[in-house]
Amino acid sequence: MNMNLTDIITIAEGTVLTPGLATGLNIHGACCADLMSDVLAYSRPRAVLITGLTNPQVVRTAQMADFRAIIFVRGKHPQQETMDIAIQENIPLISSPLGMFELSGRLHDAGLKSYENNGAD
Amino acid sequence: MAPTRPQTEQEKFGRHRPLTDRDAHEINRIEELSYDLKVREVMASKIITTSPDVPVSSVLDLLRANRISGVPVVADANLLGVISLEDVVRALQKNELAMPVRNYMTTQLVTVNTFDSIMKAIKAFNEKRLGRLPVIDEHHKLAGIITKGDINRGFLLALERDYKEEEVRRYRASHLFEDIISDRTTLVLRYNIKVGDFNNGGNASSHIKRALLRLGADQQLARRCGIAAYEAEMNLIIHTNNGGILKLEVEPHRISLITTDDGPGIADTQKAQQPGFSTATDKVREMGFGAGMGLVNIQRCVDKMELDSTPGKGTRLTMRIVVPPETLNSKKGSS
Repeated sequence: MNMNLTDIITIAEGTVLTPGLATGLNIHGACCADLMSDVLAYSRPRAVLITGLTNPQVVRTAQMADFRAIIFVRGKHPQQETMDIAIQENIPLISSPLGMFELSGRLHDAGLKSYENNGAD
Repeated sequence: MAPTRPQTEQEKFGRHRPLTDRDAHEINRIEELSYDLKVREVMASKIITTSPDVPVSSVLDLLRANRISGVPVVADANLLGVISLEDVVRALQKNELAMPVRNYMTTQLVTVNTFDSIMKAIKAFNEKRLGRLPVIDEHHKLAGIITKGDINRGFLLALERDYKEEEVRRYRASHLFEDIISDRTTLVLRYNIKVGDFNNGGNASSHIKRALLRLGADQQLARRCGIAAYEAEMNLIIHTNNGGILKLEVEPHRISLITTDDGPGIADTQKAQQPGFSTATDKVREMGFGAGMGLVNIQRCVDKMELDSTPGKGTRLTMRIVVPPETLNSKKGSS
């Protein structure tokens, strides 16, 4: 089931870190990882990326793999460079106080699909 | 014999043409806009209102003169109710057109706020089967009226804005290969990549991906090239002595990505391509790279990969991606 990012932010108890970027995005699924190579290898387009990493590479990875938004878990806030790239590339950043497992569980319960690909594409 | 002409879509599918990617994209976009556009942006703010103390008969004149089916009843900009044609008919049946509007107006109102998303108004229209909704501002005053027509107009304007910004640029770039005639046209983009420049890691790949989209590549092709370029760019940043060059060559039938550097070179290129083999430092691993998956990922994304390396001299990585016919040189342009 597709979900709107606005509703995902509510479930994530999230704060939007990128003012000015539209959050009414249609999200098709989610993928969790801290290993960016895994994200590049095993994800599908139009998903939201859930991660604990906050460096600029996260946004670049999301951009290359066609993610629509990024949620940082455990209330993490990224450095300024990360925010600058996100705004430039139009990828909303959200900070959630929840842990990765808790957040994933809630989103999965709400009907969001796994967009992690186990290499069997 | 008369030349046969290809069937038009109308003839082939009748009125029920299957959804194209383009249609799906636009439906998707409208769904997104309904969350992003606010009621304030699409409502009509110049509105006709009436007072609670005038006779119902005056409302009848107002409705007729303006060709509308209902008006908000307002005192001091506060919304008290709505009086519609139906309410007027009720008064008419009882022969009470001279009674004040207050007696016949509807006071149980469904309203939306100026700062609500259009989605909220759409839901109200569907659930309550209403034709118009009064709009209230932060101070609980009447700010406007919203109808389904206003919403449609808002969508069309927003889609037009979208179209103008990116599509025009893309339209120009995507005709490059048609407009410039040669026996073999190649567009070459070169990027100098600095060693250790982690904060800018991915900038070149980002430019490459955008260039390909503008040239008419579809999302999937651009994604494959973007991922391959990004892994290769990070390799230059992480592993070289002095950085290197990332080069994109676009031809109508294929895309090549080539990285070159001047060392240190790879001793065992077979081993370097094994999943999980890595020589990266902890610093690199902390950033989410260095899991020994880079070359493996590249291989998955491209049609052909060649790794040539001489220890002490340097490395050359060549990646080739076949472009499906009609992608970059299509007469029909691109979507």
